[in-house]
Amino acid sequence: MKKILVFIAVVLTTSIVLAQSIEVCKSCPISTLKEGIAQAKDFDTIIVKKGTYKEHNVIVNKPLTIIGKNYPVVDGESKGEIITIISDNVTVDGLFIINVGNSYTSDYAAIRVKNSKNFLIQNLVLEKLFFGIYIEKSRDGKVFHNKIIGDAVEEYNSGNGIQLWYSKNIQIEHNFIQHVRDGIYLEFSDFCTIKNNISSLNVRYGLHFMFSNDDVYQDNEFSDNGAGVAVMFSKRIKMYNNIFKENWGTASYGLLLKEINDAEIEGNTFSDNTIGINVEGTNRINYKHNNFQNNGWAVKVKGACYANIFTENNFLYNSFDIAYNSKVNDNQFDRNYWSGYTGYDLDKNGTGDVPYRPVKLFSYIVNRTPETIILLRSMFIDIIDFSEKVSPVFTPDNLLDNNPQMKKITW
Amino acid sequence: MLKILKYSFYDLMRSRWSYVYFAFYFLLGIVLLFLNNDLSKAVITLMNVIIVLVPLIGTIFGVMYYYNNKEFTELLLAQPLKRSSIFLGQYLGVAISLSMSLILGLGIPFVFYGLFESSAIWDFSLLIITGTFLTLIFTALAFNIALSNENKIKGFGYAILLWLFLAIIYDGLFLMTLIMFEDYPLDKLSLIGTMLNPIDLSRTLILLKLDISALLGYTGAVFKQFFGTSFGLIVSFIMLSVWVLLPVSRIIFKSKKKDF
Repeated sequence: MKKILVFIAVVLTTSIVLAQSIEVCKSCPISTLKEGIAQAKDFDTIIVKKGTYKEHNVIVNKPLTIIGKNYPVVDGESKGEIITIISDNVTVDGLFIINVGNSYTSDYAAIRVKNSKNFLIQNLVLEKLFFGIYIEKSRDGKVFHNKIIGDAVEEYNSGNGIQLWYSKNIQIEHNFIQHVRDGIYLEFSDFCTIKNNISSLNVRYGLHFMFSNDDVYQDNEFSDNGAGVAVMFSKRIKMYNNIFKENWGTASYGLLLKEINDAEIEGNTFSDNTIGINVEGTNRINYKHNNFQNNGWAVKVKGACYANIFTENNFLYNSFDIAYNSKVNDNQFDRNYWSGYTGYDLDKNGTGDVPYRPVKLFSYIVNRTPETIILLRSMFIDIIDFSEKVSPVFTPDNLLDNNPQMKKITW
Repeated sequence: MLKILKYSFYDLMRSRWSYVYFAFYFLLGIVLLFLNNDLSKAVITLMNVIIVLVPLIGTIFGVMYYYNNKEFTELLLAQPLKRSSIFLGQYLGVAISLSMSLILGLGIPFVFYGLFESSAIWDFSLLIITGTFLTLIFTALAFNIALSNENKIKGFGYAILLWLFLAIIYDGLFLMTLIMFEDYPLDKLSLIGTMLNPIDLSRTLILLKLDISALLGYTGAVFKQFFGTSFGLIVSFIMLSVWVLLPVSRIIFKSKKKDF
């Protein structure tokens, strides 16, 4: 036993001793990244000094640590993919990568990770890109502190900031992503954590899930995107403490849910969006402790939504709190605070004595004839809303919050 | 004209009604701020009040003032004075004193509450400007009604009907039309429909500030141009001015021809 331990220790120390660092700079013997990688042995460190390196199709095929000092520029000259990682245990740190080639047939990326494990990509700055960081069929990796600034204008000819495809257990934290198609895109990727990122001004979505299960995203900020976050065809996604704001436009949502089951939406803030959450075909979702403020529609329910529960949320000054397009309701609303609540609390227990009806007749009318939105806040509309409230005809009559709170909920 | 304006103005300033009106707005402002503890929410509530109440008070007050002062007006008409200056003077006297009550009544509590340090100042000033425009428009309309009707009861009836029509019935008809023609592109029609009613016009002006996120939810190029840019604000203000000028010019026209 002891011998084996000693043997392991010796192997480890020798490998550490053997791990050399190779310097790459314009005036060094090794002046390109490609050469550096070719010369390096496994577990070596390549230090790239400041300068501009015009390279593309750099393939990292052994476990290496590539560190940029003072942000050296790797310029792909729009010729194609820049760095491709096909080995396990690779670290890329501190590079400034620009000019990824555009293509309509292949997805060129600034950095692509292919079939690898335990990679770490951090402190990169990516500009003028097609795809930013593309992770395919990889697992157990980390993507930290990157800044990705694209120049996307149209959906069809732009790529995503960070894309995950058939990957597992990836952590994406503290990234700053702007002006790409989807800030972060997950397809068939499970058990990923997305934390503390800022994704804004993207053409399509700030964050996009497709067929991905058991992921968590929290403490992120999504603003001014085509739509904040789209979660589609996924299960057991947890969404905690994110901020969704100022997603304005005709098809703009803070959060778009489509065919989602068993998700948790907690502690998020939705403010100044055209539609706070657009819900379609979702089941068993718990909405708790969210703030909806100054949205056009706080929650728009499109149909096929069953057993969703809204508890202890704040609905503050939205033009419409909840909109339904049918008379059927199988969702529960309980103990929320509604700024539009006009009831009273005679027994002073903090809960209103009259139930609140969050769906207004006018939202039904607007749904049918969108132009009527121009009559918002008119006295006539108030009168018909009131009469609908007294005896519901067009809106679901069992859609009630039986315990509306009198004070804004804090947690 | 200025002399008559001054006379009407001071006359109204001395009358009880201006004070009642002032006190009403003053109290409303204080109560709203006290209950809401939040400037921007108070502004939203105020908007609902202003859009309905200012036209009502403007109409009633204008008609009342005209009928009350009829004998004095006839006395003035016997003097070598231009008719237009007599009536315009009276009109401006009423409109300005009403606007003063509104601005001071609402302004004082909000200023003391810390309006200048808050972000709601633009919303609030828009509200005050709209309120003033509505006073000018509805007082002018009231003068028109009073000039055309010798019978006091009829005059009051028409005035109230006018208010009821523009504040509520118009929107009902508007909504019916929109729903009836929902198969057609309606964004132009709906904007024109709004322009034709000063109350709707001021409402949309305020919506532009408060509910812009909802308004942008509708897909229509015309809507988008109107609400998404400052174009909407400019057009609305031009239309409000037209709404002041038209009834005022009719006052001048009508008063020149009328037999007393």
